Amino acid sequence: MSTIPNSSPTVTKSHKPRLAVFKFASCDGCQLQLLSCEDELLSLADQLEIVHFIEASSQIEQGPYDIALVEGSITTTSDRGRIQTIRQQSKTLITIGACATAGGIQALKNWADHAEFARSVYANPQYVETLSTSTAIADHVRVDFELRGCPINRLQLIEVLQSLLADRRPRTPAHCVCLDCKRRGTVCIAVASDEACLGPITQAGCGAICPAYNRGCYGCFGPAAQPNCDYLADWYLQDRMSAAKLVPLLRNFNAAAPEFRDCGDRIDPNSDSGESL
Amino acid sequence: MSDILERPAVVDRHDPWKMSSVTIRRVQHESSGVFTIEAEFDDPSFGKKFQFAPGQFNMLYAPGVGEAAISIAGSTEQGWLQHTIRAVGSVTRELESGGVGMQLGLRGPFGRPWPLDWISAHHDAADLVIVAGGIGLAPLRVLIERIAASRNRFGEVHVLLGARSPADLLYCQLHSGWLEQQLAVDVTVDRGPPDWKGHTGVVTLLLERLDLPRPKTTFVMTCGPEVMMRYVAKSAIGRGIPESNIWVTLERNMNCAIGLCGHCQLGPKFICREGPVFRFDEVASWLRVQEY
Amino acid sequence: MSDYRGDQVESDSLRRLNKDEFDKLIKMLADQGYTVLGPKVRDEAIVYEEINGLADLPQGYRDDQQPGRYRVAQVGHNNYFEFNVGPQSWKQFLFPPKLTVGTAERDPASGWTFATPNQQPPKMAFVGVRACELAAIAVQDRVFMQGPYVDPDYRARRESLMLIAVNCTVAAATCFCTSTGTGPKCQVPFDLAFTELEDSFLVEIGSNRGDALVDQLVTVAGADLDRKRAERLQQRAAEQIRKHMDTSDLRDLLQQNSEHPRWDSVASRCLSCTNCTMVCPTCFCSSVHEVSDLTGDSVQRERVWDSCFNIDFSYMADGVVRNSRRSRFRQWLTHKLASWHDQFDSSGCVGCGRCITWCPVGIDLTEEVAAIRAEPSTNRQLPATQPEKTICVVPERARP
Repeated sequence: MSTIPNSSPTVTKSHKPRLAVFKFASCDGCQLQLLSCEDELLSLADQLEIVHFIEASSQIEQGPYDIALVEGSITTTSDRGRIQTIRQQSKTLITIGACATAGGIQALKNWADHAEFARSVYANPQYVETLSTSTAIADHVRVDFELRGCPINRLQLIEVLQSLLADRRPRTPAHCVCLDCKRRGTVCIAVASDEACLGPITQAGCGAICPAYNRGCYGCFGPAAQPNCDYLADWYLQDRMSAAKLVPLLRNFNAAAPEFRDCGDRIDPNSDSGESL
Repeated sequence: MSDILERPAVVDRHDPWKMSSVTIRRVQHESSGVFTIEAEFDDPSFGKKFQFAPGQFNMLYAPGVGEAAISIAGSTEQGWLQHTIRAVGSVTRELESGGVGMQLGLRGPFGRPWPLDWISAHHDAADLVIVAGGIGLAPLRVLIERIAASRNRFGEVHVLLGARSPADLLYCQLHSGWLEQQLAVDVTVDRGPPDWKGHTGVVTLLLERLDLPRPKTTFVMTCGPEVMMRYVAKSAIGRGIPESNIWVTLERNMNCAIGLCGHCQLGPKFICREGPVFRFDEVASWLRVQEY
Repeated sequence: MSDYRGDQVESDSLRRLNKDEFDKLIKMLADQGYTVLGPKVRDEAIVYEEINGLADLPQGYRDDQQPGRYRVAQVGHNNYFEFNVGPQSWKQFLFPPKLTVGTAERDPASGWTFATPNQQPPKMAFVGVRACELAAIAVQDRVFMQGPYVDPDYRARRESLMLIAVNCTVAAATCFCTSTGTGPKCQVPFDLAFTELEDSFLVEIGSNRGDALVDQLVTVAGADLDRKRAERLQQRAAEQIRKHMDTSDLRDLLQQNSEHPRWDSVASRCLSCTNCTMVCPTCFCSSVHEVSDLTGDSVQRERVWDSCFNIDFSYMADGVVRNSRRSRFRQWLTHKLASWHDQFDSSGCVGCGRCITWCPVGIDLTEEVAAIRAEPSTNRQLPATQPEKTICVVPERARP
């Protein structure tokens, strides 16, 4: 994951930084997190000028932008071009959510025949123009910061924006879910039950919600820093579950995040696909 | 352990999280990204109580951003504390943008200082070699001033300064004063402009050129990048200076400064309370282990 | 804590009481204003929470512990304490996972005011503290109260703490307190230490406070037979312990083997997930986070549990010091078993086995130690001993 470079001040002080929000292939859930910031958004509005946010306002201004928040993954040729333009127009580009950061749930098509998918979903698939893959924004352009989550945590989004305004490193965790489970006193599901929990390899940020409700973590926030996916998978495969069950767990909202993807491909009994870009 | 840690009773042993309030009164630009702040205690009575020794550090606190461990570079006649800071992290950047008038929290002083008084108490006219790399001069500055203030207690005193470029040299305005006080100041830079007339190369080269007539009673005190200090030590040992005469000051992530948070460990040492100043042989073997 | 009687417990200080009297004890403690905390079954595990009486305890439960595996089940006995330590330790109450250590409040006129909280933490009674846990509390006492600086919150919690200990009568497969010399029999300081017999409890009194509590219960003098029954049960626990860690010269062994190939091997298995450090009853690492309100005028300085397994933990502007799982595992194990001796004059390990059970992939520190011991490297120099300790005393008047 790239971080905001320390040396180049992202935001020039002469004018209010211009913020734009862009959507690619996604469910809009992450943008909604920005909308649901409400109070925080008002205080940010003093410091930022939101000039392009279709979900919130029909008033749209052209670039250049100081900060671009990008939601969604690249699934069409036109989007492949559009992201290049946005990058050129934006000083700082931040991806928000699992789609933009790892290709999203729609990246499952990377492992399948997308034409067949189109045929089975659409009555007239000939009008559907799509790439065979769903890929992260960082596979196409330089990304200054990736904010994880499906959906993102709105407090983290505020923190990232505040850190940009203050020209400092965002304080978002790099540690895994386990630490947050322990801080809130949750009994470890991976040890005390037969469930497979992805907590030990998943980045924190959700507040460790699922294990608190007796459900294994399913990796919404993508791989933690330096995750040891392979050993955890091998451990679960020993006596807990079959690869047929574990592979779908890894191929979820962050299926195409390289660490989850490679691990899933390695243990997938019928894998010779797992195609990346 | 307790006697290493005898300190002026500034930090309340039983309330070490307590913070004093200070206000930045003056900011001096030093070099690119490096500046010195002078901060005054908002409660003058606390300012009067505050004592420190060269080599100690304070935790400076920018509310809402966090704390950073910054060595004490000195204090002014009014008792304003001087800290020389490189803006590299969130707290130091906040201090940089805050400027004159900014109110800060301060906890300190913490840590083990340079062994200057021990040296002068145990050795008549010991020779001293001070070696600084870049901003590493900051925790040595007040040491140099103390040496100058009691110059006759020491023999030859060398101050060797290294920096990336002439523009990165710290406290240039003070160097001539040091020279006048019979401190042999010598400077080298990694890269100089065409008109640079001084030395070029790493600071250990200066050390190697020194005439050291009494290596057994010569003491080295150095601060700079860890790799530089290791080479300084190596070079000093090569010149016959005992390992136990070499003192370094170390840096690690510090969160509490009171030995309770675990961040700053190097092997068995808590840098914050057993250091930051160490005798080289206390830490040499840990410094050699990568990622220790 | 000066109240503790020390090691000599006279035989007549052993008292026997019916199990119902234990219920009375819990209620008495609550009446005296203690928050009474003890074992309880929740989420398929035995955790420590507030208890109101005997009925809350895990009567009839046993735990099955293996590296990376924990199960509890009712197995047909009637005892209240026939199980071993679970996922949580008492550290959560003495060193809370989240604690405000300071505040900063801004007033437009007068600027920032900094303060440290001075609210009195709850007066607590721990019920069911095992021998290894008593040892762990003693270890954290050294960290938080006996160093150059005292953690004020820990001290306040600790000083009002009532310790009701229980001797283990069974052992889990992950227990190894016999190797660390911390159990299974409880050693003072405690206020009371119970041994659960089939039909009654035998209680050993460890402090005057404890004595005063027992005075209010219906007890009879413990007979020699009772003592023998209790000793047999304690003996049974000791004999059930299969795990062993050779602690001889462990400090030197680990400090001399910082480049042992075993660190690479464990790095291939370790998830760096922090679980071992979180469940460890002695691990004390933390970080302070700034939590501001929306205006930024009100800031809480929150101390949270942190771990040397986190990459950020050793972050510096010039880079991360321990940027590999290998170096982080080495840091944890070497700190716990070796440098802890330099820092606190004791090992950091009390043999509770939590880090083994609660490692999601079952890494067993006793095996890692054994592997290093099997083929030690001896070519590394140990550092010099501490230099003269008075070298760096700060002069009286250091100010210019």
